Amino acid sequence: MVVPGAHSLSGGGTAAAGSRPRPERLGRIIKNRWLYVLLLPGALYFALFKYWPMWGIVISFQNYQPFLGISGSEWVGFEHFRRFFTDDQFWTLLRNTSVLAVLNIVFFFPLPIVIALMLNELRSGLYKRFLQTLIYVPHFVSWVVVVGVVYIFFSTEEGIFNQLLAQLGFHKINFLLSKAWFPVMITAEVIWKETGWGTIIFLAALAAVDVSLYESARLDGAGRWRQMWHVTLPGIRGTIIILFILRLGQFLDTSFEQIFLMVNSANREVGDVYDTYVYMTGIRQGQFSYSAAVGLFKSVVGLVLVLLANKLAKKSGEEGVF
Amino acid sequence: MVQDKRWGSRLFDGINAALLLLVSTVAVIPFLYIIAASFTAREELLQKTFVLFPTKFSLEGYRYIFSNDLIVRSIGVSIYITVLGTLLNLLFTSTMAYALARRDLDGRKPIMLLILFTMLFSGGMIPTYLVIRDMGMLNSLWSLMIPVLISPFNLIVLRSFFQSLPGELEEAAKIDGCKDLGILFKIVLPLSMPAMATFALFYSVTHWNSYFQAVLYINDSKLWPVQVWLRQIVIVAEGGFGDAQYNDTNTAPPAQIVKMAVIVASTLPILVVYPFLQKHFAKGALLGSVKG
Repeated sequence: MVVPGAHSLSGGGTAAAGSRPRPERLGRIIKNRWLYVLLLPGALYFALFKYWPMWGIVISFQNYQPFLGISGSEWVGFEHFRRFFTDDQFWTLLRNTSVLAVLNIVFFFPLPIVIALMLNELRSGLYKRFLQTLIYVPHFVSWVVVVGVVYIFFSTEEGIFNQLLAQLGFHKINFLLSKAWFPVMITAEVIWKETGWGTIIFLAALAAVDVSLYESARLDGAGRWRQMWHVTLPGIRGTIIILFILRLGQFLDTSFEQIFLMVNSANREVGDVYDTYVYMTGIRQGQFSYSAAVGLFKSVVGLVLVLLANKLAKKSGEEGVF
Repeated sequence: MVQDKRWGSRLFDGINAALLLLVSTVAVIPFLYIIAASFTAREELLQKTFVLFPTKFSLEGYRYIFSNDLIVRSIGVSIYITVLGTLLNLLFTSTMAYALARRDLDGRKPIMLLILFTMLFSGGMIPTYLVIRDMGMLNSLWSLMIPVLISPFNLIVLRSFFQSLPGELEEAAKIDGCKDLGILFKIVLPLSMPAMATFALFYSVTHWNSYFQAVLYINDSKLWPVQVWLRQIVIVAEGGFGDAQYNDTNTAPPAQIVKMAVIVASTLPILVVYPFLQKHFAKGALLGSVKG
């Protein structure tokens, strides 16, 4: 996640506004009343659908009863958190999330960089645009379709892949109902769906690399590989570092829909992550307070990780995101 | 770049171009196969494992899904939430972004910080669910549109886009007696069509692909968007969920063909729109990703 224009937040022209005399500001507000009319619907949206739920977090410190509401429910302090942290499930969820996150960072993260570098080396702009059009396509389909396609290709009986295996005389592999294959399938799906789309940001960074550097490298006798190594890669180093740090900041954020769709009774043990657990205990079993506590744990850790990552990015000499 | 005519360089180019062709083929070939196979007669599908160019055509998969009222209805539901939802998205996002883009708006700094904060922290699934429930939106299509009216990310990108427009235009319009509303709708928005097209694509893809919100908020199968049916037919019917609601009757075509037909019917609308907007969104996505 890169927030553009974030730095322009501080660059606004209203810095001096606070020190101006009141009547002037009031006059400006009245003069700009239509702007506030334009602002109001959006502000209301954020208040109702983003900030009101934050208030709802208090139920994780209660034994929330739907018919009693937040004001009438009994307060229990940190009881739900204590229960969650002493539950075996906590470690299972942490392990499952970590495995998927590490696989994602090791196998998925470098791929868009590699593909972007390769696209950047193409001589023909037309061919490049054609390939880009194709590799972006999977990004636009839903996770349901991606998982559906995987089911069509990898199911045990009808799946093409297993039919091929059988024809070649191998045993069929139960890709979809297997604990061992679950993380592999999840990672492969992410790679297939998002690698192409992930190249966009690196292509933009590549476009900003100074062309004259290539000229001088070539005069110094550098071949294509050396140019890539000594000019191109250093040119996008900043982008790579910042995206990598931010990815670390989103460690707990497994792609929830995908996992929800891939998890079944056979692989639940390795497939459950915090979000799916919140859904099962909260919406399915109606333990609102307990699952809200689990959700809060995830949100807080996520917030801390992102802030740390941002700090790290700034420390490594990059601009940071906010 | 000056042409490099050394053979090593040419070899490099050749291998690179070929590898990339392979990569992009991998990206789209599953779709090509599924589209082709969904139109293939069942005999041919049984004989060959992999069909890209069917010789015997058949529409039985499509005939089957389009004879199912609930599926046809769900496609209607998806079109409805995509069109109406996207219009609402664009209206709410652009008005708020425009107000926040104006430097003479008092209090925009704290408001921007509040918006930014929602990208870092949220109430989470359960409190949000309870809010939607308390508002009486459960089992209503509004629950798929209203809670996602404004994407904070899109809002911030659009705001910085508005800020990059020349301020003289607004000055001139004001001198001509144009009010803020007029400036937005008559001058700023018409100038922002490529950006708006990008956001229209992003928002509509989100609506069309919306799945989990429907699972959370909608129990009535008559109001399910097409993605929920897709999951019922393609995934549940296959695996170990144990709560399959989909029954194959004896007269039904092979499940595999039905699955592929649903995938095509639920994906094609997006894939048809995509090439038309591609030119814009590449620019728009760049606008979003590297400003600086």
